[in-house]
Amino acid sequence: MGEFDVLIIGGGVVGSAIARELSRFKLKIGVLEKNLDVCYETSGRNSGVVHGGIAYDTGSLKAKLCVEGNRGMEALSRELGFTFKRCGKVLVGKNAEEMESLRRTIAQGEKNGATGLRLIDKEELHKLVPMAIGEFAMFSENSGIVDPFIYTIALAENAAANGVQYFFNHEVTAISREEEQNLWSVTAAQGTYQTRWVINSAGLGCGVISDMLGIKGYHVIGSKGDYIILDRRTGELLPMPVYPVPSNTYMGIHVTNTTDGNVIIGPNAENVMDFTYYGVPQENMDYLAKSASEIWPCIKKADYIRNYSGILPKWVDENGVIQDFKIEIRPELAPNAVNLVGIESPGLTAAVPIGRMVAGMIGEYEKLEENPGFNPRRKGIIRFEEQNDETKARLIAENPDYGEVICRCEKVTKAEILEAIHNPLGVHTMVGIKYRTRSMMGRCQGGYCQMRIARLLEEELGIPDTKIRYARENSWLFTGKVREEEA
Amino acid sequence: MEKREVVIIGGGPAGLAAAVELYKKGIQDVLIVEREKAMGGILRQCIHDGFGLTRFKTTLSGPEYAQRFIDEVQTYRIPYRIDTTVLYVSSDKVVTIASAKGLEKIQAKAVILTMGCRERTRGALGIPGERPAGVFTAGVAQAYMNLYNRMVGKEVVILGSGDIGMIMARRLTLEGAHVQAVFEIQPIPSGLPRNIEQCLNDYGIPLYLSHTITAIHGKERVTGVTISEVDAQMKPIPGTEKEYACDTVILSVGLIPENELSIDAGVPLDTRTRGAVVDEFFQTEKEGFFAAGNVLHVHDLVDFVSLEAEKLADGVAEYVRGGRLPECPIELKTDRNVNHTVPQKISGQRDVNVTMRVNRKFENAVIVLRQGGEVIAKKSMKKALPAEMIQIGLKKEAIRGNQEIEVSVEW
Repeated sequence: MGEFDVLIIGGGVVGSAIARELSRFKLKIGVLEKNLDVCYETSGRNSGVVHGGIAYDTGSLKAKLCVEGNRGMEALSRELGFTFKRCGKVLVGKNAEEMESLRRTIAQGEKNGATGLRLIDKEELHKLVPMAIGEFAMFSENSGIVDPFIYTIALAENAAANGVQYFFNHEVTAISREEEQNLWSVTAAQGTYQTRWVINSAGLGCGVISDMLGIKGYHVIGSKGDYIILDRRTGELLPMPVYPVPSNTYMGIHVTNTTDGNVIIGPNAENVMDFTYYGVPQENMDYLAKSASEIWPCIKKADYIRNYSGILPKWVDENGVIQDFKIEIRPELAPNAVNLVGIESPGLTAAVPIGRMVAGMIGEYEKLEENPGFNPRRKGIIRFEEQNDETKARLIAENPDYGEVICRCEKVTKAEILEAIHNPLGVHTMVGIKYRTRSMMGRCQGGYCQMRIARLLEEELGIPDTKIRYARENSWLFTGKVREEEA
Repeated sequence: MEKREVVIIGGGPAGLAAAVELYKKGIQDVLIVEREKAMGGILRQCIHDGFGLTRFKTTLSGPEYAQRFIDEVQTYRIPYRIDTTVLYVSSDKVVTIASAKGLEKIQAKAVILTMGCRERTRGALGIPGERPAGVFTAGVAQAYMNLYNRMVGKEVVILGSGDIGMIMARRLTLEGAHVQAVFEIQPIPSGLPRNIEQCLNDYGIPLYLSHTITAIHGKERVTGVTISEVDAQMKPIPGTEKEYACDTVILSVGLIPENELSIDAGVPLDTRTRGAVVDEFFQTEKEGFFAAGNVLHVHDLVDFVSLEAEKLADGVAEYVRGGRLPECPIELKTDRNVNHTVPQKISGQRDVNVTMRVNRKFENAVIVLRQGGEVIAKKSMKKALPAEMIQIGLKKEAIRGNQEIEVSVEW
């Protein structure tokens, strides 16, 4: 079913960043994604923090690529039209031991090339975050937050605009090598694709795909973290993320502002081997609220609007010690394959540098010819709510659909919903519309707007009611009509 | 800028009743702003009957009940805008609206808040478990079925004994779904006794009190739920878990007054009702802003919403004409058995009707209003239920000075 120069397995933030970097060259590129959209797993289920590169071992890929990703985030966000706020973040401490630990963290961060790190006293802490609890803090002025959904979608859409083909609902089940033709055969339920290069950016599936490529032995575990999302009104009490003093392996339960003004509490960290279970147990929710209240005492149950969890793929050694990112070509085992293993946090920050690194590695094996038509820019969906009155009036005058507010909580208009329904990747799930517009993400959780959005999906795309999907392939919404409609 | 004496936000039962009553009182420079394609609010999807027994002495369906008011609005040619959303209201009563016609600003003398309420969601409650499709709040399921003609599932479990949940239990059953049971975390039902009879008992649907969902299962669509019994503190009792296979979970776990516009305009809320603090004129603590209906406090029957909004019209008319209303210095305080009162403060110069809810079930109880230890009003009740609003009249002659009034339950 077609021959590709490069097939990328996994269309999350890393796979999409790789796709976009490779689309700068004259290559026929495909992305095989097992879900119905690009950010259903790790890429969409995290804190959305753009890290400074402080916490990782000096010389590690995590440190290097994170610092690089952090530096480039403004330019990238302008190019691709997603929200990035360099709001800074604080790590709050109380005692001498924690003070020592923060001093070490700053030294470590500076060795990694991170800048804008300093200790601040209580007074300055309260100037930055009036509600934070701490005797002192470490301030990282270059840390920031990003909208992880739009960021990932933007990378994917820009890759697609530059010729990359996305295949959704394509879970890879087998990979074989046809040595005489120097090709890989990659099989998904829908068919087999041939390609010169394979890239394993399968996230939680990286261990399985690595095995299929013949690079065996990576032990990948999941680190599951649960989160609670608070009402947008809480955002004004949290101008930047507040973290506790981290341990060596775990950042601790923190509170993070989102680019839309919500607050996220979490995550805890629990080792798991089931990479499909995203449930949040009661005791974890209670624990998150209790822990986070020790650094930010503004958590009220009346402000809960949703909870979720995410799983990070961690490559561990035989002693269970978490390893660095592995990004490799192993010609003796799997020629023409780039294998990415254990791309966990800070993968969101580091995605584009990872993409550049992968392109560079392929470039060492063959000369990559520039794609003269490459356009790095993407225009996102204009958010009506974020405009001033003058622009709002102009938008409605140009397109009356901007005057029809569909989602009341986030004030998302019909024009935005329609643009999302006709998105360039051809995603047509309810969650796909939610991630692209923020509709159904507010405090009523789609209580007012989801019926209209389901109806628009049916009408605009001609999808039968029984085929409307919430998120995944079998996540149907309707069994059919209550009564047959007369023609 | 367009100017109006009164802008009414929301054309549901409260907004419609307020508009009609204002018209009858001679206040006709009014605009109703409704975001949907038709007026009537949530009544549009309430196709069951039982509305109107108090207000019209007859039983009507939701759309029929709403139509009575819509007909009056149209007969009197009261101005209204449909398909129009209020984006924000400034504290000096400039209302910004959006519609296909454009963005417009209206300066109002008085703003009436009648936005109704929203449903409490799974996320707000923090119901544990996986996140499959097939978890609907009762009102969403009702809208899908009654307004959009879409069937939401076949094997159903309902959490919460709110009225809409029970009504949906019957509705789903009548349309061929199998409703296995209704589970209520509290030891008493939260909906009205008549709905337990007519929507559950008549259809053989069991209601389990002191039970809740402790996990929802399913990676794509719901496959089942775990149900646990709860103790007196409403904590699940280990060892009581039971599994129910189902494809749909309906939540009827409470309503929250929709006060986002009010908050942004600077209207203070009562944490107990999550509606505005109001005086006997239904004026909020922000001058010129009035509120009635479910945006003020969640009602049990729509009839009382209409009656409250009609009462509000008295105060608004007086305010529009005179520019101000009498001071209301007397506060109403509640004991721990009373959840709240509406109004929360009164002038002491007129007869008022105090609406309240109790926090738990009482038998042979007396609701007592006292001022400085002296009983100034009381009402005996065979049964007082949290599901039912209680109204108690207070005569101005009984009120002594500006001391606070204590509202309590004795039994």
